[in-house]
Amino acid sequence: MSGTDTTAVGMTAMTPANRGTDPFASQLYRVARSYRELADTVTLELTPLAGPCATFAPGQFNMLYAFGIGEIAISVSGNRTDQSKLIHTIREVGAVSRAVAGLGVGEVVGLRGPFGVGWPVEAAAGSDVILVAGGLGLAPLRPAIYHLMENRGRYGRVTILFGARDPHQLLFRHEIEQWRESLDVDIHVTVDHADAGWHGNVGVVPMLVPRVDLDPRETVAMVCGPEVMMRFTANALRSAGLSDDRIYVSMERNMKCGIGLCGHCQFGPTFVCKDGPVMRYDRIAGIFAMREI
Amino acid sequence: MEGLETILAEQPFLAGLAAEHRKLLSGCARNHRFDAGGYLFHEGDAADEFFLIRHGRVALEISAPGQAPIVFTTLGPGDVVGASWIIPPYRWMFDARALDLVRAVGIDAACLRGKCDSDHAFGYDMMKRFLPVLAQRLQATRLQVLDVYGKR
Repeated sequence: MSGTDTTAVGMTAMTPANRGTDPFASQLYRVARSYRELADTVTLELTPLAGPCATFAPGQFNMLYAFGIGEIAISVSGNRTDQSKLIHTIREVGAVSRAVAGLGVGEVVGLRGPFGVGWPVEAAAGSDVILVAGGLGLAPLRPAIYHLMENRGRYGRVTILFGARDPHQLLFRHEIEQWRESLDVDIHVTVDHADAGWHGNVGVVPMLVPRVDLDPRETVAMVCGPEVMMRFTANALRSAGLSDDRIYVSMERNMKCGIGLCGHCQFGPTFVCKDGPVMRYDRIAGIFAMREI
Repeated sequence: MEGLETILAEQPFLAGLAAEHRKLLSGCARNHRFDAGGYLFHEGDAADEFFLIRHGRVALEISAPGQAPIVFTTLGPGDVVGASWIIPPYRWMFDARALDLVRAVGIDAACLRGKCDSDHAFGYDMMKRFLPVLAQRLQATRLQVLDVYGKR
């Protein structure tokens, strides 16, 4: 598959002419760059074989197709102002994610999207913003962080809370250090487990919320990470006085079609692919912790 | 003592504490300074004092023979260090190490227990403040144990 324009059986290659008309048609992208972020996490930079690169809103996702293996929903983790490429950060968990993450430079992947509802970066203009990420949850939040940094004057205080399993699992570590140096963003990093050699915070990321000076009436929260972590974080934000309609979470379910037709990602009365993945907490709080959902 | 009362009034843990109770508490309080790397207390020591951090960060650690100490939480300004002073036999169950220069107010445990016993309204107020801290840390420990970032 390396370096060739390939159309898989059952998939339609998108051209500039038909792009946007058929949501099930994949556009072909080539891996321009691949780099390992963590032992099990890879970032791919993708450029279209033909036509313009798809544009996206922070928080949206694409369906990436590893030919002959399967398709997987992956959030865009790059900067939307760079319209030359799409960046995705993938954790190797199953057969499809391993296949996509394992693509080498020059190899081709099918891409449908972007899909879904993203972070409310425009609606949050004028407000303070707190972003809370756990583990790989920093990847879907990174486009929102880029947007806030590049439009810093349109927002009040910007706070980033990031938690990871241990110091070796800190995603985008170099970039976090750069953001911290910008001085107008308040960044707190914590890890769940550490030995005495780590001089940073230890403890779960929701525990950082009470340590931040928040004005609950002026703050919008964007939360992304494992669902349990988001539940604990939402509770911590509520305790800090934020109302549910100021809290946004990015949901994850088994997405297939990406346009709310197949029902695989149904979450109560909503479809995560179409009504999410970013959802306002007041709309799902009643079912968020329901194990049957 | 006026200085300590003012310092205690600034502690978020004691927000809303009645002036007479603050005065009672300040009678058991003293200022502390710990250099980076110094220990506030060690596991097994008598829990004869707990601390309100004013400045700096503290790592709570558990060590096992032949292994590097495991840090299970870090605390910062406004946080309370230690609850073993409430629970018999009043012994610390972990080490507390200053990660950087730490300034803290120490509250003499025997003194405070005595005042709580003799003034139940004051004692109840103290318990209402400590219980949420304990519950919050229990919740945090549950989340740590869940290892939510691990592969499923």
